[in-house]
Amino acid sequence: MSKFKKDGKKNTPAVSTASLPDIVFMLLFFFMVTTVMREVDLKIKLSQPEATEIEKLEDRSLVDYVYIGEPTNTALYGTLPKIQLDDAFATVADIQDYVIEKRADRPEAVHGAIIVSLKVDEETKMGIVTEVKQELRDVQALKISYSTREKVNKKKF
Amino acid sequence: MARSKRELTEINAGSMADIAFLLLVFFLVTTTMDSSWGLSRKLPPPLLENQEPPPPIKDRNVFVVLANSNDQLLVEGQLMEIAELREAAKEFISNPQRKENLPEFKDVEVDLLGNMKVSKQVISLQNDNGTSYNLYIQVQNELEAAYNELRDQLAMEKFGTKYTIIEEMAKNEDPNVSEPAKAKVKAVRKVYPQRISEAEPKETGS
Repeated sequence: MSKFKKDGKKNTPAVSTASLPDIVFMLLFFFMVTTVMREVDLKIKLSQPEATEIEKLEDRSLVDYVYIGEPTNTALYGTLPKIQLDDAFATVADIQDYVIEKRADRPEAVHGAIIVSLKVDEETKMGIVTEVKQELRDVQALKISYSTREKVNKKKF
Repeated sequence: MARSKRELTEINAGSMADIAFLLLVFFLVTTTMDSSWGLSRKLPPPLLENQEPPPPIKDRNVFVVLANSNDQLLVEGQLMEIAELREAAKEFISNPQRKENLPEFKDVEVDLLGNMKVSKQVISLQNDNGTSYNLYIQVQNELEAAYNELRDQLAMEKFGTKYTIIEEMAKNEDPNVSEPAKAKVKAVRKVYPQRISEAEPKETGS
């Protein structure tokens, strides 16, 4: 009978935390694989429109970004949409130089494959976007991509 | 026999979790689920100084989409909601009933498909400086969807697979081997070429 004798003094054993590192490492690897280092510090408000017929930009090394939107710091920069190239605000006139400079960084063989991705806030008016597009045309950067979020296509389900 | 009594000392792995957490937090902070998705477009080359104007296109071959600064759409002279645009564009592009006021067709020899009737359609898109970017993208999206649905339909009929799936297959194909998927994509594109023309921005008027 003593087999089932209860020992009142016995403490409940602590939950083993030995597998905790494994769990954390699993999470860590997930984030390491999915992470993309932030290209720039955004100084504008960017909420992209949604679309369904979208394609993925395959080769990130061949993509340049042009950001357009309302500045986050409206007290300092006002509410009119501004263009951001790399980490600084720019004007429409700076776009050509920017594209040429970026193009010069890459081997000549891939110049035709460079894509300019326009990351534009959905509330922006088309006027400034059209101006940017004209500049891109003038500098022969003809491949562009309007960056969008993916809309869940209800028809598929 | 002191030797045998000594316990095997294990390396304390308790701090491993801390280190891992530290790294985890770092990646959590730097991560952006940054989308590299978008609508791909090709801009027309810049106009040259003394370039001849392109030959005029018949009215029946042009599908005019106007967007104003109040985000309203005028399609072929009629006020339209964005939800109706796709069907309207599809009817225009394919002209299933061969109507007089919708685009003409010409016979074109297409690889894999033989002699096909190809519409002479052009979609003309014009927007105001005050049009919102959101509406512009929606219009572009609907027009692209119209083309894609028609292409899907054709590919389904001729090859038994959706165009979007063939396109995906063509992307991963080895460029050195004979490539049926790429040829199919080319053929379908030839029957339904995507011709979206954006008007030159006007200098005057606000």
